[in-house]
Amino acid sequence: MERIAIFGATSAIAEACARRFVAQRRHLFLVGRNADKLEAVAQDLRCRAAAGQVIETAQADLDDLGRHEALLEQAERALGGLDAVLIAHGTLSDQAACERSVERMLKEVHTNALSVLSLLTLAANRFEARRSGTIAVISSVAGDRGRASNYVYGSAKGFVTLFMQGLRNRLSRSGVRVVTIKPGFVDTPMTAHLKKRGVLWATPDRVARGIVRAMQRGRDEVYLPWFWRAILFVIRHIPERIFKRMRL
Amino acid sequence: MGEALITSFGRVIHARPAAVVDLFHRHESLPDAPAPMLAYGLGRSYGDVCLNDAGSLLRTRRLDRFIAFDRETGRLACEAGVLLKEVLDLVVPHGFFLPVTPGTRLVTIGGAIANDVHGKNHHAAGSFGRHVLRFELLRSTGERWTCSRSENPDAFRATIGGLGLTGLITWAEIQLIRIANPFMLVEQTRFCTVDEYFERNRLAEREWPYTVAWFDCGDRQGRGILICGRHAPEAERLPEYRDRSLRFPLDPPCSLIRPWTVRVFNHLYYHRPLARGPHLVHHVPFFYPLDGVLDWNRAYGRRGFYQYQCVLPPSSAPEGLKELLAIIARAREGSFLGVLKTFGDQPPPGLLSFSRPGTTLALDFANRGPKTRRLLEDLDQVVRAAGGALNPSKDARMPGEMFRRAYPAWEEFLRWKDPGFGSSFWRRVME
Repeated sequence: MERIAIFGATSAIAEACARRFVAQRRHLFLVGRNADKLEAVAQDLRCRAAAGQVIETAQADLDDLGRHEALLEQAERALGGLDAVLIAHGTLSDQAACERSVERMLKEVHTNALSVLSLLTLAANRFEARRSGTIAVISSVAGDRGRASNYVYGSAKGFVTLFMQGLRNRLSRSGVRVVTIKPGFVDTPMTAHLKKRGVLWATPDRVARGIVRAMQRGRDEVYLPWFWRAILFVIRHIPERIFKRMRL
Repeated sequence: MGEALITSFGRVIHARPAAVVDLFHRHESLPDAPAPMLAYGLGRSYGDVCLNDAGSLLRTRRLDRFIAFDRETGRLACEAGVLLKEVLDLVVPHGFFLPVTPGTRLVTIGGAIANDVHGKNHHAAGSFGRHVLRFELLRSTGERWTCSRSENPDAFRATIGGLGLTGLITWAEIQLIRIANPFMLVEQTRFCTVDEYFERNRLAEREWPYTVAWFDCGDRQGRGILICGRHAPEAERLPEYRDRSLRFPLDPPCSLIRPWTVRVFNHLYYHRPLARGPHLVHHVPFFYPLDGVLDWNRAYGRRGFYQYQCVLPPSSAPEGLKELLAIIARAREGSFLGVLKTFGDQPPPGLLSFSRPGTTLALDFANRGPKTRRLLEDLDQVVRAAGGALNPSKDARMPGEMFRRAYPAWEEFLRWKDPGFGSSFWRRVME
């Protein structure tokens, strides 16, 4: 896992992962939507990198599925090959707005699910052909069960999680690792509008540590931090006729 | 409804900001938050320069990206929320060091500029602001000013030591110094009186770029230990060093820092065996002994503590110091931390810089209410008579009139203060 492409590289979690990868002397190809932010992240990583480490960037809106193949190609060329991809882009949907507007709802599903599935499909085919590679995606604990407060975001993430289960099943024979990452509450710009107090909130760096470790070990599904596995175990097992009345 | 109560490092003053907003990207405009605003880094100031009651705190800790590091020239540009510790972690392996560092690495670059911090090498290198090459100031109007000695020089001078009141520092560029390795060559010697300190320190300053004295405030004479250091020259063999720190685990119901515990500590510390002659010490224990115990301020209990740091001009320093020591010894309050440092005579880089020619004395006092405040007022009398100044970043209680007298440039400063920025400290001393 020497050469890694990161999609959504300006997200706080992805940036924290990138710093850890750079400290491990890996080469990175970063894709982000906002050119200023992407450049700021890349400058920082270049300062931290040793001589000879490659840190390349490409500005792209990943909603534009037509660019995905070219971006993967560009990453391979810039790094001289590709050993892993980390797909980290996404938006935390405004649930109320998605309920009012079909257009808005579909846009969120497009960003958080369809664009991820597109990248997954393209990366999987590349890695399957050469029978190696690691594909990691930041899904979410929200994808484990639909809840009134954010089921648009949650179901998009659930789509990704389920898709990856199938992909993992398909690729297990070719030695390609498919790593599903399910963070809980993380203190990032995406959640800046929420009141963040209490023990359930984790820093991006803590989550990044778990992601890097899971990718190195080729884990299948990880909850970050670990205690979310227990919380979601309980949430998944509440009978629907009780769950539908709960406010979560 | 406001945000939670926020307290500063001394834990004496609490403030309830109307909003606390995290800043994530230096290119973004200021948030739409209630005025006045104030940048908040790590909250390591002791009093209220980092607090903003009923205003907005802009937390800069996530502005933690490096921008450029020239490994040939030692110029480093980074965002304002980068910690000095993070700078050192990056640059020390490449043979560079901070040009000036305060006694903790757990402060942000923005905080170091806004408080124009000083260190043990002030006599040789001046304060932090002297080594700042450039920075960007984001004003509440949305304007971005690049400030340096040649570009917007007045705003540059106002922002160095400007207590965060001239706008938000988004990034800065500083000049690092070269080192051969992470170690220091250190020499420690005892002195018995204040006069002896002045004499020894004067000689030591010619030889050593870093000097500082710990002294026993319970001792009327002013006995203490003079600590001198320089970056170690190239060496083939260096000692082993592991960076370890503990965390102070709880809030004791009352202060553990009591007159008798301080007397015992100071006695043992004074008489501890000192290595003979210069020896090698890693830079972390040399510069940052208190960083070894995270949250050490909790040892003072829930009521917190005051830090009192004054500077007395050269002509009145020896006599003034003796008077201060006499008052402290009489009060039998005992100060855990007593530090003496003589500043060099470089002109201060900021309009409101604290460090200026003279000798500075820093003391911690557990907060015992009116009794402690009375003692500090007695100390104020001596500082005033000597023509001295108190350090705003350590202060939680100096009268406004005392601040304005010691910082006569405050009127000129007002021209550069951003009307959309403010702090609890500023409102207190401008009343």
